[in-house]
Amino acid sequence: MALQLLVNILVLASIYALLGSGYVLIYRVSRLFNLAHGELMMFGAYLLLTTGSMFHHDPLVAVPLALVLSLALGILVYFGLMRWMTGENALAAMLMTIALGIFLRGIVVLFWSASQQYPGSQLGWGNPPIALPGGARISSASLALIVTAVVVFIALYLFLRLTAYGIRMRAAGQNALLAAQRGIGLHGMFALAWAISTLTGGAVGMLLSLDSGVDNTMAIIGLKAFPAVLVGGLDSLLGVILGALIVAAAEVTIIQYVNPLLSDVVPFFLLLAVLAVRPWGLLGSREQLDRV
Amino acid sequence: MSTSVGLPTRHALGLAVIDTNLKRVAFSVLAVLIVIFPFVGSPFLIDLVNQVLLASIAAIALMLLTGFAGQISLGHAGFLATGAFTVGILANEFGSTFWVTLPIAALAGATLGLIFGLPSLRLRSLYLGISTLGLHFVVIYIGNEYQARRGLNTGLAVDPPSIGGLVLTGGRTWYVVFMFATIATVLFSLNLLRTRTGRAWKAVKDREVVAEALGINVVHAKLSAFIVSSIITTLAGALFAYFRNFVSIDAFDLYLGIQYVAMVIIGGMGSILGAILGAAFVVLFPYAIEFGANFLPTRFASQIFALNYSAFGLVMMLFLLFEPQGLVGIWRRVQNYFRLWPFKRLPRGRL
Repeated sequence: MALQLLVNILVLASIYALLGSGYVLIYRVSRLFNLAHGELMMFGAYLLLTTGSMFHHDPLVAVPLALVLSLALGILVYFGLMRWMTGENALAAMLMTIALGIFLRGIVVLFWSASQQYPGSQLGWGNPPIALPGGARISSASLALIVTAVVVFIALYLFLRLTAYGIRMRAAGQNALLAAQRGIGLHGMFALAWAISTLTGGAVGMLLSLDSGVDNTMAIIGLKAFPAVLVGGLDSLLGVILGALIVAAAEVTIIQYVNPLLSDVVPFFLLLAVLAVRPWGLLGSREQLDRV
Repeated sequence: MSTSVGLPTRHALGLAVIDTNLKRVAFSVLAVLIVIFPFVGSPFLIDLVNQVLLASIAAIALMLLTGFAGQISLGHAGFLATGAFTVGILANEFGSTFWVTLPIAALAGATLGLIFGLPSLRLRSLYLGISTLGLHFVVIYIGNEYQARRGLNTGLAVDPPSIGGLVLTGGRTWYVVFMFATIATVLFSLNLLRTRTGRAWKAVKDREVVAEALGINVVHAKLSAFIVSSIITTLAGALFAYFRNFVSIDAFDLYLGIQYVAMVIIGGMGSILGAILGAAFVVLFPYAIEFGANFLPTRFASQIFALNYSAFGLVMMLFLLFEPQGLVGIWRRVQNYFRLWPFKRLPRGRL
């Protein structure tokens, strides 16, 4: 029982952390809250649905193709929409992402219908449950979520620390003007951040849809991941892991022991508490700009 | 009589809301239309106008907060829900009448406004938006919890109110109520914006530090903006409950709050007229889509709800990209074209 609870917390924390990494990347590079992240995640799941129906029972082609498509979607969103918001005031840019989210919610229903759909069955993958020592059980897709979270965070760390593009991206985030003066193409960096963020988000959406199918209400998970990011600190990848664990632990235990109706609010209670006490989050850096 | 180009020549003229002959004519025509409309409009048209008027009240409240005081709120649906639920709960549990529920709703609004406003003392801009988003979910949770506890999962029924024997029911009666409420809100807002409080809001919006250096009490200004906006919105929510005779928490989701933000954006920031235009646009939009769907292939036409969503998102994006000043911006350009005719811009040497 206790072990099962721990497994549930880890799975939920992986979801929040993976989605959170997307929020953090975009915020670090362009100081923007991307409130369409949940919808972009959902879009990833629908992309898998389409590639799954094109390459029946062939997950080795369908999954990578869906990942590439969601990477392309991120680039498309940046160059088609968000690039015109560069340098606009922060509210307008945030509202633009909200508008994009609403747009995407409508589009997925128009093209894929509103009913619950299961890409897993198209790929011919049964999502077998795995018994863990101690009596706990975990579905394969959930295990894949945890593994993906670990891999993505290690990869992001290495990318931002060691590669030239990663260092350029950090430079653009620290001081965009200075970075541009030194010859770093800002639009390229912003687009790269959007691409990676949509890719990881899309991957979460695909894994979630393998577990429990996809419909147009899936996007709400993206909004619930937002508190995890703020708890940890909006510009800290390490903080996101911590925040995701805290929020997931609080949510799972409260659903289990107090009241399932609370599940949608618990993250936001934590968010309000953190905003009141320590607005820059547990591990985030303290900024003077937006917070008094 | 001077035209509106240039400075007013008398003090009384500077204070007047209606300062030119043209405006006098325009407002007279508007007044006549307002009086005639309920006698000539079909029930459907009257219902549409009622919806627009009700949305206008809440949109003006959000405009005061965001467009004039510069405080972002994504939790406007939470205020509306509070007003509607105060009425629903009081009417159901205690059988309270109109004259009891409205003041209590206003009081609930003031309290909630204070709570929503507190984060604004510590947070600015986007972080404030996020905290109001969090509070929105808390309000919705409380409403859900109440419905679940009382076993009213679909919602609460509210009897039509009666004022001195006159039962408020039917589109025409409500048209009168909403028209009075809207005109009162507009006059109150226009007046408030000219007072010390309103000017303090504008100063805080433009630059908080400078406002503080000028001796404006920033804490007072921000909290009063939240409280005033919240009171007006909860009253609109209370009227909504009586108008529809039914309250359910499902009606007050995040999308509603975003719709109100969209009204402010589409209408045009920093303008009361903009709030009304934006409210009309957003309320009438779904009807336009429904009409337009007749010309689309049936595959799309069968999904009106989704069509609505995507078209609304698209329109919001287009306004943000191409017309950040909103409908009022377009209106002003048209106005200036005629006002300055035959010149393209103001001649040099004139104000």
